[in-house]
Amino acid sequence: MAYLDNFILIALPYVALTVFLIGSIYKYTHRKFQFSSLSSEFLEGRRLFYGSVPFHWGILVVFCGHLTALLIPRGILAWNSQPVRLMVLEITGFIFGISMLVGLINLIIRRYTTPRLRPVTNAMDLVIYILLFLQTFAGLWIAYSFRWGSSWFATLLTPYLYSIFTLHPDTTAVALLPWPVKAHIAGAYLIIGILPFSRLVHLLVLPLNYLWRPYQQVIWNWDKKKVRNKKTPWSLQRPENT
Amino acid sequence: MDVRSQIAMVFHLDKCIGCHTCSIACKNIWTDRKGAEYMWWNNVETKPGTGYPSKWEDQEIYKGGWGKRNGKIHLKGAGKRRGLVNIFYNPNLPVIDDYYEPFTYKYLDLIESPQGDDQPTARPVSLITGKPIDIKMGPNWDDDLGGTPDYARNDPNMKNITPEEQEVMFQLEKMAMFYLPRICNHCLNPACVASCPSGAIYKRGEDGIVLINQQVCRAWRMCVTACPYKKSYFNWHTGKSEKCILCYPRLEAGLAPACMHSCVGRIRYLGVLLYDADRIEEAASADDKDLIKSQMDIILDPFDEDVIKAAKENGIADSTLHAAQASPIYKFVKQWGLALPLHPEFRTLPMLFYIPPLLPVMASVKKVDNTTEADKKAPLAKKWNNDWIYDTSTEELWGKLEQIRFPLKYIASLFSAGDEDVIKEVWKKLMAVRIHRRRVTVGDITNEKADNTLSEAGINAEMADAIYALTSLPKFEERFVIPAAHREQAIEMMDFTGDTKGATGFGFKSKVKRGV
Ligand code: SF4
Ligand code: SF4
Repeated sequence: MAYLDNFILIALPYVALTVFLIGSIYKYTHRKFQFSSLSSEFLEGRRLFYGSVPFHWGILVVFCGHLTALLIPRGILAWNSQPVRLMVLEITGFIFGISMLVGLINLIIRRYTTPRLRPVTNAMDLVIYILLFLQTFAGLWIAYSFRWGSSWFATLLTPYLYSIFTLHPDTTAVALLPWPVKAHIAGAYLIIGILPFSRLVHLLVLPLNYLWRPYQQVIWNWDKKKVRNKKTPWSLQRPENT
Repeated sequence: MDVRSQIAMVFHLDKCIGCHTCSIACKNIWTDRKGAEYMWWNNVETKPGTGYPSKWEDQEIYKGGWGKRNGKIHLKGAGKRRGLVNIFYNPNLPVIDDYYEPFTYKYLDLIESPQGDDQPTARPVSLITGKPIDIKMGPNWDDDLGGTPDYARNDPNMKNITPEEQEVMFQLEKMAMFYLPRICNHCLNPACVASCPSGAIYKRGEDGIVLINQQVCRAWRMCVTACPYKKSYFNWHTGKSEKCILCYPRLEAGLAPACMHSCVGRIRYLGVLLYDADRIEEAASADDKDLIKSQMDIILDPFDEDVIKAAKENGIADSTLHAAQASPIYKFVKQWGLALPLHPEFRTLPMLFYIPPLLPVMASVKKVDNTTEADKKAPLAKKWNNDWIYDTSTEELWGKLEQIRFPLKYIASLFSAGDEDVIKEVWKKLMAVRIHRRRVTVGDITNEKADNTLSEAGINAEMADAIYALTSLPKFEERFVIPAAHREQAIEMMDFTGDTKGATGFGFKSKVKRGV
């Protein structure tokens, strides 16, 4: 058991995070063309709605929940100190988890029953579907049977994750958690590890700067004024090639 | 005043013969690859008709272009709020069936089928799935008014035309049509650029060409919705959007874009326009009825001293200024006021202008008795009992403007946001040129009548001759006045141009591969 624990809780995260970091940087610098959400809405635009929308909104909220527990565990614990608020948090999370699962199932059915989507589906898509499905299912199961996840995440998992990030892995507390939780943790690492090599890369390039950039964009090959100014040295007249 | 230069275009619709040479030239160079089979960066549609993709002009369906609310413009179907909220599922995205499912035939079956009782056939197969399909639609399915009940009658521009008027339009003997070749307009206020969440689409500062950086496009597919002309296409194979690149590699080398170079009717003109970039938003926010005027207003006079000075300060090269002064576009659009933007009400300030067609409008059909004529010519030939002739004689043309076969409203809905006076003015000029030239060449029109029409149209004989010369007799160099690209300053010769642009068309440096 201890070996397995050590593998899942110590070896796997480091391997996954390393692969994730190197993989993403390499892909972004050398294979930027492959950064795409690979949307298939153009080939099938009706059933996508019932999959993509519940799935994405679900995962967005659930992911933010996990992130909050990681970043401000005390905030979560303070919030949870009142039973009503705890219930609100847990039920909200659960509902969005369900929406994620329903969306995912719709997406899987859609992808494998629409002939037009076959040419744009590959093996990695299948791997992701399986991983995401198991992960979502495990998450819901944990939320339902091992209460209350939001609280023990903040008290047990957050310190463990910090210990991983600070390179002093401490698994004493986490090792005692039931196996579905460990499976969920392992699933998360796996997903992080394959993220740069799958269509999931699109979440590394969320277009957030759209919010503050001006609508219109003009790009000049060279600084139009400087390049024609006779005083500019010849070496600077040459435009950058980026 | 922020003077910039823009490569602009004029298409003279009376000259288009609907041969689709332009589309084929473009297809051969740029879109003959997997995922792009269905794309026609250049397409020629028959009007009236629903066009490509089907009903693209109907923004109730596609929510393309800009709308105006409280004096400010906003993207109808995309933008910061709508675009990001709808990023998981874009409700206004045209899908492949709105264009057509690309197909080929299994030609090999004709050769390789085993011997049998039946003739082998080449069945159509989908270029997406590779499976046999029943072809429902293909490129130019409605060419030359084919399938009128399904296509021409569903033209979105018919909205304001009463059923009675439509009946008149579609009477078999009276039916008229014209061709509308379309490419990306390389707009001054491009909706595609504004809608792209990743910022992959940009306008080139030097010549205003709008491009999509293939490395930055992430398949959020907002541009496809936002472009009201549906000239940004989604490549289903690569997961990237693509659009007309105005053959910039050719332009930079001083060559005309392939569609224009190959145009059989020589309907296409290309040249530089100078415009004031500070006033783009103002021009795009004008009231519907002032849109054309406001767009014309920001186009600057390349002979004006102040404009030249400001342009030089802005780093515009002398060679570009000379090109702007010799530009056929400036003449057609500003000096002569003959060319109009397509659907100005979309507010993207398109830089492709059309000279509205006069021919299908002025020509009438007459019932004649041609048996004696025919007997004389070919006594042995079969006699067609077709006694309708297409009459384009110029006499009394002017009087017929009100009884034309194409309702003025229809043309106005295409080229002037519904303002009929604008179209009338252009037609008057076109007609006056014809009458003036008829006086000169045939001589069966009195001087008085010709001069009257000219002055009524607000032009003089000299101008009419110039219009005639540039319309009917232009040489290659007069149709295409391409400024030097000064790429020697932009990119060193050593570099692979694809590195710098990252835009469609150069082939992909990394393999097109989905997933891993
Ligand atoms: S026509 Fe469409 S794709 Fe072309 S610049 Fe205008 S908005 Fe963009
Ligand atoms: S090549 Fe010219 S004449 Fe022929 S369809 Fe195209 S625009 Fe019209």
